[in-house]
Amino acid sequence: MLFGDPVRAFGVVSLVLLAALAIAPAKDHFSEWHGYQQRYLSLIRDRGDAVSLRRRFQPGIRQVWLPELGVVDRCTTCHEGLKEASLADVHEQPFREHPAIPHKLDEFGCVICHRGQGAATTVAEAHHSERAGEEPILPARYIESGCGQCHQNALTGTPHLNQGRIMLARYGCVHCHTVKLPDGSAMTASDNPPSLAHVADKTTREWIYSWLKDPQAYAVSATMPNYKLSDADASDISAFLISSSTPRAGDTAAVEVKSTASADPSAGASLYGESFCASCHAVQNAAGNVVGGDVGPELTRIGNKAKPEWLQAWLENPRSYDPTTLMPHYRFTPQQIAILAGFLKNKSDADYGAGVRLAPATQQQIVHGKKLVAELGCAACHQINGVRSPENFAPDLSRIGSKPLAQIVFLPGMQHALPNYIAAKIQQPRAFGPGLKMPQFTLTTPQTDDLTNALLALTDRSYTMPDTLRVAAVQDTNYQPAGRAGKLMSDLACFSCHRINGRGSDMAPDLTWEGSSVQRQWLDDFLKNPNTLRPSLIRRMPRFNLSDDDRKELTDYILVVYQSPDIDPDIAPMAANPPAMVEHGRQLFYSKYACQSCHIADTKTDKGYIGPTLTAVGSRLTPAWIYAWLKDPQALRPGTIEPNQKISDDDARALTAFLMTLKGSGGQEAKR
Amino acid sequence: MMRRSSVCLMFLILATVAGCKHSAATSPALKARAAGTAIAASSGGQQIGETGTALKDPLVVQVNDDHGTAVQGALVEFRGPAGVHFDPAAVLTDSSGQATTTIRLGTIAGRYQISAVTPGKSQSATIQAVETALGYQQELGYLLAEKYCDRCHDPESSVERVSNYDNLEVKPHPFTEGDTLNKMSDADLVAIIQHGGPALNRSALMPPYGNTLSAADVRALIASIRAVADPPYQPAGTVYARK
Repeated sequence: MLFGDPVRAFGVVSLVLLAALAIAPAKDHFSEWHGYQQRYLSLIRDRGDAVSLRRRFQPGIRQVWLPELGVVDRCTTCHEGLKEASLADVHEQPFREHPAIPHKLDEFGCVICHRGQGAATTVAEAHHSERAGEEPILPARYIESGCGQCHQNALTGTPHLNQGRIMLARYGCVHCHTVKLPDGSAMTASDNPPSLAHVADKTTREWIYSWLKDPQAYAVSATMPNYKLSDADASDISAFLISSSTPRAGDTAAVEVKSTASADPSAGASLYGESFCASCHAVQNAAGNVVGGDVGPELTRIGNKAKPEWLQAWLENPRSYDPTTLMPHYRFTPQQIAILAGFLKNKSDADYGAGVRLAPATQQQIVHGKKLVAELGCAACHQINGVRSPENFAPDLSRIGSKPLAQIVFLPGMQHALPNYIAAKIQQPRAFGPGLKMPQFTLTTPQTDDLTNALLALTDRSYTMPDTLRVAAVQDTNYQPAGRAGKLMSDLACFSCHRINGRGSDMAPDLTWEGSSVQRQWLDDFLKNPNTLRPSLIRRMPRFNLSDDDRKELTDYILVVYQSPDIDPDIAPMAANPPAMVEHGRQLFYSKYACQSCHIADTKTDKGYIGPTLTAVGSRLTPAWIYAWLKDPQALRPGTIEPNQKISDDDARALTAFLMTLKGSGGQEAKR
Repeated sequence: MMRRSSVCLMFLILATVAGCKHSAATSPALKARAAGTAIAASSGGQQIGETGTALKDPLVVQVNDDHGTAVQGALVEFRGPAGVHFDPAAVLTDSSGQATTTIRLGTIAGRYQISAVTPGKSQSATIQAVETALGYQQELGYLLAEKYCDRCHDPESSVERVSNYDNLEVKPHPFTEGDTLNKMSDADLVAIIQHGGPALNRSALMPPYGNTLSAADVRALIASIRAVADPPYQPAGTVYARK
């Protein structure tokens, strides 16, 4: 028998042992990654730099191990060419060079951005595993979500992530969903939905009904989603909203106008243009394009919506209806109000809501409407009398980017991956169940991808990242100027366009250091009649009919308070400079620095159309500001596109002297 | 009936959100109700997007018959290199004879040649469009160029930006001008961006950006200039001797 003969037994056991010893190398040899490494070697064999490529090649399983980030990535076992710049022409995976990014692969590994299973050593497991809680690799279109785990700020190179974050705030997602960031702050909405406390003053029940049925039918750019309400439900909600609305003094009192309509039919359009309404409000043109700003609501069919009396009262002073509105108080004359209200009234569509006939509301309808309003969470966005804003109305999304797959109910036929789930939830929220409340948004595929990017960035990992890697978002401050000037600035809604001390929009120049920048006479003239500084801009400062007192108040405040500590008024005195220095400055302006490529100093010869016109800069800016600006523009306004040319002190002084001689005729006219 | 509608819905969701590889295969064969003889590009060609992402504007093509009138119900199939995903990949033309698809580019940076094919009566008609996919660095450069450079270097004005090109005495090179820019080395481009036109004895109207843009920004700008060049830029790589 086998063990009868010791020699044979010894031989057999030795053979078994030998075979057992061969298992490990054989397993490696026949493994998938070994095949890829062999293919890589044959790929580089014929290349010119084969020797150096071969030297850098290490056989066997390789890994990037970063304990503090929780990364064990063996991807480089197969992805051999990631760091080989000379393989740029190789498009065959897994041997491509990694595209240029700002980070080193050895410092971050792969799965932080790409997801997938870093420790796996087969393609199927590393890329496609969907088993309990394991994440497959992220499709390339969501790669920017990886950046968003550390970078809460808007990076230039991540447009999709940035856009997604803007949309989370702008489309009102964060009214219902809480989105907390790792630094403890919460994302805030930027859409400012209107209060419905006095909605009956503003519009009719029929309009509310039509709007609720399909907001985008009224305005294609409307951000309010479609709740897919039945006719009866929309009718009941409109009944409740009208009945809960309280009248507001002044909203319905028509403004007294001596001559109601202007003789000139184009007066409305030109007043609309002169007041730069289009900086904030859009209108859909005949070609179907929405043209104009997106700060205020689209006005294509405003005539269908707003009651004429309300529209007049709103134009008279928007803050009396809505104290928090972004719209400035223009101080229009009654004549102007009549012209503008008439012009807007005609922006209507006879077909819109034409078939809507609602029977008078019954008490039963109103009660049911209130129930619906509470159920649908309308008060999460809108202020509604008698309905409290719901808290935690929708699921918290603070860590949605790490939602375990085991907790997700996928739709049949859907790939079991988180991005697919998120994108489907955004595009077809009601497909996940008949009772779901999330409404239908009107979003294009790229918009959905952007939003998904922003949501995928909200991961568990973003909380566990070392603090040194985190880059905080630039948060708006709650700066509020004090006193009468502060009230005036709120009334004129300066922050809707300008940014001051970290609060406000970036549509118009940052005014934080405006007091150091401009001269008193110019500022006063500008507030009286804003003229155009930058010829190429389409959005411009509108004219407010400010009283002399108000203008003085604002001018004083700006000149005293908005002073930069870094600008020394004595460095470049106002006093007349020697003509030789001025002439030297002129030569520097035109020859050495070629400022005329962007600026106009002399309208006869210069055509630069990018920076502000400088023909009257000597009566607009202070010499100290000009000097400091020439030395380092970005120090005064971060992000400004004028390059820092490291101009020497002498050159900057000569240029300042030249620029201060440009008093222009514009300034003279304004003074008259 | 209910089941059919839910299957339809399911397919819709699949087509819109699911991964790229299956939807073309699972799409039920569309039956053309009419046939055109000519196909023309309407809009959506020559776009620039990021690798792996959907292009901003859909590709729209128009199918006409012999007389140049629009054909409704003609089948249009969209084809492209591997990795490109069309949503939908095949579609019937609408009442104005137009077929629309959203294009998602592949993950390799470069130019993608897309074709739209309509079977036609006797022989099929094809139109081609070229779309460009930018990698991270190229995209970053593209966005920087939009902010700092295009106001002068792009002769076309847009709604938001009036071009300064015509106002300049010495005309800058548009970045698509491959004939000129492809001949300039990366080092020359770096010099001209960082130190201005005079660095290469060119116009001082081009100011120096070396103190405003980081070295990485300048590299990104050059990568984007290379990516959009027409004719395409061919990097002067090492010439490898074959064994």
